[in-house]
Amino acid sequence: MSAGGAERGTGRESIRRALTWIAALLLSLLAGALLFVAGITGGGVPAPEQARFVILQSTTSTRNSGLLDAILPVFEAETGIEVRVVAVGTGQALRNARNGDGDVLMVHSRADEEAFVAEGWGVARHDLMYNDFVIVGPEQDPAGIAGMGDAVAALARIAARGARFVSRGDDSGTHKAELRLWAEAGVDVAAASGGWYLETGAGMGAALNMALGLDAYTLSDRASWASFANRGRHRVLVEGDERLFNQYGVILVNPARHPHVRAEEGQRFIDWLLGPRGQGLIAAFRVNGQQLFFPNAR
Amino acid sequence: MHDYADIFARSFGLILTGDPGLWSVVLLSLRVSLSAVAISALLGMPLGALLAMARFPGRQPLIVLINALMGIPPVVVGLIAYLLLSRSGPLGVLGLLYTPAAMIIAQTVLVLPIVAALTRQQIEQLHAEYGEQLRSFGVRGLRAVPTLLWEGRHGLTTTLLAGFGRAIAEVGAVIIVGGNINHVTRVMTTAIALETSRGNLALALALGAILILIAVGVNAVVTMLSLSAGRGTRG
Repeated sequence: MSAGGAERGTGRESIRRALTWIAALLLSLLAGALLFVAGITGGGVPAPEQARFVILQSTTSTRNSGLLDAILPVFEAETGIEVRVVAVGTGQALRNARNGDGDVLMVHSRADEEAFVAEGWGVARHDLMYNDFVIVGPEQDPAGIAGMGDAVAALARIAARGARFVSRGDDSGTHKAELRLWAEAGVDVAAASGGWYLETGAGMGAALNMALGLDAYTLSDRASWASFANRGRHRVLVEGDERLFNQYGVILVNPARHPHVRAEEGQRFIDWLLGPRGQGLIAAFRVNGQQLFFPNAR
Repeated sequence: MHDYADIFARSFGLILTGDPGLWSVVLLSLRVSLSAVAISALLGMPLGALLAMARFPGRQPLIVLINALMGIPPVVVGLIAYLLLSRSGPLGVLGLLYTPAAMIIAQTVLVLPIVAALTRQQIEQLHAEYGEQLRSFGVRGLRAVPTLLWEGRHGLTTTLLAGFGRAIAEVGAVIIVGGNINHVTRVMTTAIALETSRGNLALALALGAILILIAVGVNAVVTMLSLSAGRGTRG
C-alpha cells in the first residue's frame, strides 16, 4: 500500500467504496453459507417433522466391522426409520445415553448395562449377540503365549516378562473385560502403566495400530480384529478361553427419564433386531467368509 | 500390504465420477467450515475493529484473552459445546446435538478468535501508519474504520483463509458434537479418523490428499477473487 493509496482511500467516496466492499464480501460469504445450509448438497438435516430416525449409541466394533452397514439399510428400507449411529466406547455410549443423547444403546459390558437399567436410565436390557475377545500379538511372541488356552495365565506371563501390552484405557467394554482378566491374574497394571503397560485412551482401531507399531500385545474383540485391514505381522495368539466371552446387549433409553426419546421408533428397532429378521441378518454377516457375531436373543 | 497407488487412483476416481457418498462428505465439510468462517467474519471483524480503535477499561485484558483463544484446543471446544447442547445441558431443548448446526457452532468458536485477533492487529497497525493522514482529512475515530478495513482487505482476506484452515482441518470438535454419523454429520476429517481406526490407512491417506486439494482450491478461488477485486477498484 502506498501513501497515494491512502490518499485515494480517504473522504466520503472511499468510505462508500469500503462499505460496498465489506457488504459485498459479507453477502457473498453469507450467500455461500446459506446455499450450503439450504441443503443443496442433499446431505442436510431433514426437517424434524418429516424425519423418522433413532440415534443409536453404539460400541465401535459393530460399526468398524461393517455389521451395522450390512444390516441397518435393510431395517431402514423395511420401516422407513433411519438409524443414526454414534459409535464410541461402551463407557462413553452409556454416559451419552444417560444425558439423553441417544434413543437406543448397543454395547458390551453386561454389569454396566444392568446398572444402567436398574438406575432407571434404560427400559430393559436384552441379549443381542455374542462373540469373543482374542489376545493379539507379534508373530515373534516375546512372552511365549501362542496357543495358550488360559487367557489369565497368558496375561500373567506377559506381565512377568514385562512384554509391552497396549490397553484401550478408555472405559470401553473391551477395556473393562481386560481389567477383569488382569485382576484375576493378580497383576497390578496401574503400577506398570507407562512401563510395559501402555494405556492409549483410544478406540480399538487406534490401539491396534499402536500395538502394531510397538510390537506389543493387546486384547481385541474378534470382530474388530477380523475386519482390521492393517494387521501387519500380528496374529491371534490366545483364544477360546470361556472368560473371553463377549456379550452384546441392546437397551431402549427410558422415555420416563428423557421425554424426547423416540421410544416408538427405538422399540421397533429393538424388536426387529431381536426378531428373526435382525437375528438372521446378524448370523449371515461375514467378513472374509468368517462369521463375527452370533445372535443369541431370547 | 497396501497398494497405495491403486487406492489413490480409486479415491480420486470416486471424486471425478461424482460418487454421491464421497461428495456428500466433501460438501458437508465445505458447508460447515464456510458457514463457521462467514459467521466469524460477521462477528469477528467488527469486534476486531472495535478493539483496535475504541478505548475502554478492560480492553488490554480482552485483547490478551482473544489472542490466547486462538490456541484453544478443538477437543475442549467440542467438549464445552457437547455439554451445552446435550439434552441434559442448558441448550438441550434445541435438539442440535449430532446435527451440522452443532458443528458450525463449535467451529465458529474456534475461528472467531482468529478473525477478531488478527483484524484487531491489522487495523491497529494501519491506524498507526495512516491515522495522522486520515485526521488531516477530517476522518477520525470509528469513522476511519471502513477506510482502514478497505486498506487492509488483502490482509483480512488472508485472516479469513487462516480461519478457514483451522475449521476445515480440525477433527476434535466436530467428532464430539457431530458424532460422525454417516450421511448426516460425517466430514472429511472424521472420515479420515474412521478409516484410520479401521486400519484402512491407504484410503485414509487418499481422503487426506483430497482434503488438501479442497483447501488449495478454496484458497486459489479466494486469492483470484481478491486480486481481481483489487484491479477492478484501482484501475
